[in-house]
Amino acid sequence: MNTISVDLLAKVEPPEENTYLNCIRCGLCLAVCPTYREDLIETASPRGRVALARKGLEGQLDFSPNLYEQMYKCFGCLACDDICPVGIRPAELALALRVLQEQARPKKWKDILFGKILSQPEMIENTTLPLRIYQSLGLRRLVYSLGLRNLLPGKIRDLEAMLPRIPRRPLRHFLPEITESFGENRHQVGFYLGCAQSLLFSEGSSASVRVLARNDCRVMAPRNVECCGMPALGYGRLDLVRKQARHNIAVYESLEVEAIVTDCATCGSTLKGYGKLLQDDPDWADRAKNFSGRVRDISEFLCELPLKKPGNRLDARVTYHEPCHLGRAQQVKDQPRDLLKLIDGLEFRELPEADWCCGSAGSQLMTHYETSLCVLDRKMNNLKQAGAQIIASGCPGCQMQLNSGIRRNNLNVRVVHPILLLDEAYGTPDE
Amino acid sequence: MNKQIINLLIRILGPKAVLFTPEDLATYSYDGTFVESNPGVVVLPETTQQVSQVVQLAAEKHLPVVPRGMGSGLAAGSVPFPDNSVVISLTRMNHTREIDTLNAIVKTEAGVITADLQAAVEKHGLFYPPDPSSIRHSTIGGNIACNAGGPRCLKYGVTGDYVLGLTVVLADGRVLNTGGEVIKDVTGYDLKRLFTGSEGTLGLITEATLRLIAKPQFTRTALIDFVSLENASQTVNAVLSSGIVPATLELMDQTALVCIEQAMKLGLETNIEASLLIETDGNDERTVAHEIENVVRVCEANGARSVKLAQGAAERDKLWLARRSISPSLARKAPNKLGEDITVPRSAIPEVIRKIRGISAHYELPIVIFGHAGDGNLHPNILFDKRQPDQWEKVEAMVAEIFEAALAVGGTLSGEHGIGTLKLPYLEKALGPVSIDVQKQIKTSLDPNNIFNPGKMFID
Repeated sequence: MNTISVDLLAKVEPPEENTYLNCIRCGLCLAVCPTYREDLIETASPRGRVALARKGLEGQLDFSPNLYEQMYKCFGCLACDDICPVGIRPAELALALRVLQEQARPKKWKDILFGKILSQPEMIENTTLPLRIYQSLGLRRLVYSLGLRNLLPGKIRDLEAMLPRIPRRPLRHFLPEITESFGENRHQVGFYLGCAQSLLFSEGSSASVRVLARNDCRVMAPRNVECCGMPALGYGRLDLVRKQARHNIAVYESLEVEAIVTDCATCGSTLKGYGKLLQDDPDWADRAKNFSGRVRDISEFLCELPLKKPGNRLDARVTYHEPCHLGRAQQVKDQPRDLLKLIDGLEFRELPEADWCCGSAGSQLMTHYETSLCVLDRKMNNLKQAGAQIIASGCPGCQMQLNSGIRRNNLNVRVVHPILLLDEAYGTPDE
Repeated sequence: MNKQIINLLIRILGPKAVLFTPEDLATYSYDGTFVESNPGVVVLPETTQQVSQVVQLAAEKHLPVVPRGMGSGLAAGSVPFPDNSVVISLTRMNHTREIDTLNAIVKTEAGVITADLQAAVEKHGLFYPPDPSSIRHSTIGGNIACNAGGPRCLKYGVTGDYVLGLTVVLADGRVLNTGGEVIKDVTGYDLKRLFTGSEGTLGLITEATLRLIAKPQFTRTALIDFVSLENASQTVNAVLSSGIVPATLELMDQTALVCIEQAMKLGLETNIEASLLIETDGNDERTVAHEIENVVRVCEANGARSVKLAQGAAERDKLWLARRSISPSLARKAPNKLGEDITVPRSAIPEVIRKIRGISAHYELPIVIFGHAGDGNLHPNILFDKRQPDQWEKVEAMVAEIFEAALAVGGTLSGEHGIGTLKLPYLEKALGPVSIDVQKQIKTSLDPNNIFNPGKMFID
């Protein structure tokens, strides 16, 4: 083993041997990996990443910037983790290597971005102010109607196209901390409002709370929650994720709720992981386990209730894109589809390869633009085949990516959260 | 690899198709085995023309050329040995060019994934039968170069039986088109057969024309459990002698079943010594059903303990998922496995299985037995830990004895994985000096400077 590796490994907690040793290189994971299937090079495959991690950890390769970059090329869709017959989890290993990199040499900008800005709601709200101004002053309409959009460089145009119709104010500012049930008070549930839902998809989360209230839930939505931690996790800052986890766990401990419901697939998968994340922390292990055990995706939670039948018809063809953080990470697959099928008039069409990554993966459209676009194009081809007018998906990241793809391809398809459709089918409350 | 050669390659292929960082080279050092060796550079051509130019350059500079698809091979056939090797990865030549429904043929580039090709032709009611377990993670070019088999070969034949024509880049860079679109063709030597199964040692296959057949519309699948492995292996012959040609006839022993169950949790019975997975297919629903009933009857007469008939596509898929998962799921038992691939006359299956179990007991290392019993093709997999030197020594001795057992009954070293590196020391014994001499003469005449995949197939 060379000295660089020895010094480095002495400073960090490297992944355990059983996370890579038994990879037999069968290649099954290549078939399901969105980055491999576009780039078609072994280096961009799960098997390749496992080999690189192993060679790094065994001292046969330096932990070079390029080695770490290969770990960042993983979209974290977890398809390889799911298919591996040996039980290797290549996507998880790629994340572990990102953590190792940060432990060895922490980057200052990550402290600021994930530790300061993203962990405080006011800070994120301030930094996204320009976007809200861009839209609320009508600048965005102008850009579109004058065709100025076409003058933007391709990448900026695609990033711009990700944006939904942004709410004037973040939902966090006006979502009541307590929403009384519209009927009987059968359940007291906590609602976890994610940052992206609050800032970009406030209609979706307003709808989620209404649908809960309509189904006999008293909903408590504390304003002082922090980011779930997924962005920091994706960039290897396990320390910051743990900090955010402790904060969020404490917030809900002060409420008496039977479940903690979220309508963001990514937040849900992170919150459910707090138990594992803090399992070695004696003060927090039990509290985290208790917290994670109560987290539910909204569709998962609703399907556990005796659900009221929506009264309105919605006449449209709808399809469903399964977010990786919901389907694979949380094994919530049938519930969102079942909810859509409850709605009269809605014709459900299964999307070919519905569980294939859309290419969003958090920030990949920014950081790995070309691959992300190719992955997105595959999704768009499947969407065309489905022939739907609406595509539902309970993940803000996926929704933004789908928006971008639909604008790029000039399709006329509406992107929504499935619960928003359910809310529409319930109609406006009678109060 | 020296800078000048890399620049020349970039001039041919563009910068995105030439890989040479330490990380890239490390990931192209292996295939589906535990063997490793870094290449000097990796290139990803998109046309036959580019392949030809790269081979010309390699020939000029005396650089070894190692072709590669998705690297799922089980004989270390695409592991690049000399450290100045140019790996030519054909994964970006992945276009299915033409599906001719009238003549039932498909023209394809070498890098198309076999499962994708199958799905594409099935949309037109056509069928490409070869089905190696790696069907979703191997390419048609790799399948041809190794003459891949699979469960369905029992009824439908191997990859080579579907190759009508090939485009091959020769050792001097010339492009050979051999065969064509017709079923019968005795015009000159059958060169397409020569390149099929040549493991990249004679030429580099870049495109192929494949024969298709009508897709059988009905299938019935049965999983039959046996308390004794001996009974199961005897049943194989009883079924095949009963006048039925099943599409597949697979055998899995207890360790295989236990490993799959641990990995996939499919609810398989594991308290038995072996299972047979048998499938009948065809275009007349009643005949197909009648045949599987007969198969079941023969199995019951030969000591089958229980029979499970798959109801519907989902159950059938589950049984096949189980079968395909065996090889990889073995890694739950030990860090390394060596999967052998002997093929014996089917009458000798019970005897060979007895011998293999004896070898396992003698060396005290587990051997898992499964395979395409219907065509005599068995995959005894030795489970071991390569980090323990005494175990590796034992494995080598065990492999030799397994081959010995196969050859003694008139069998052969490899039914479908190929010779590659792993079986190379045993080739002469299997073929005899005359055959080796003829084969070496063929190699020398097509590749006089030995640039194609050196160190494979023969001891140089």
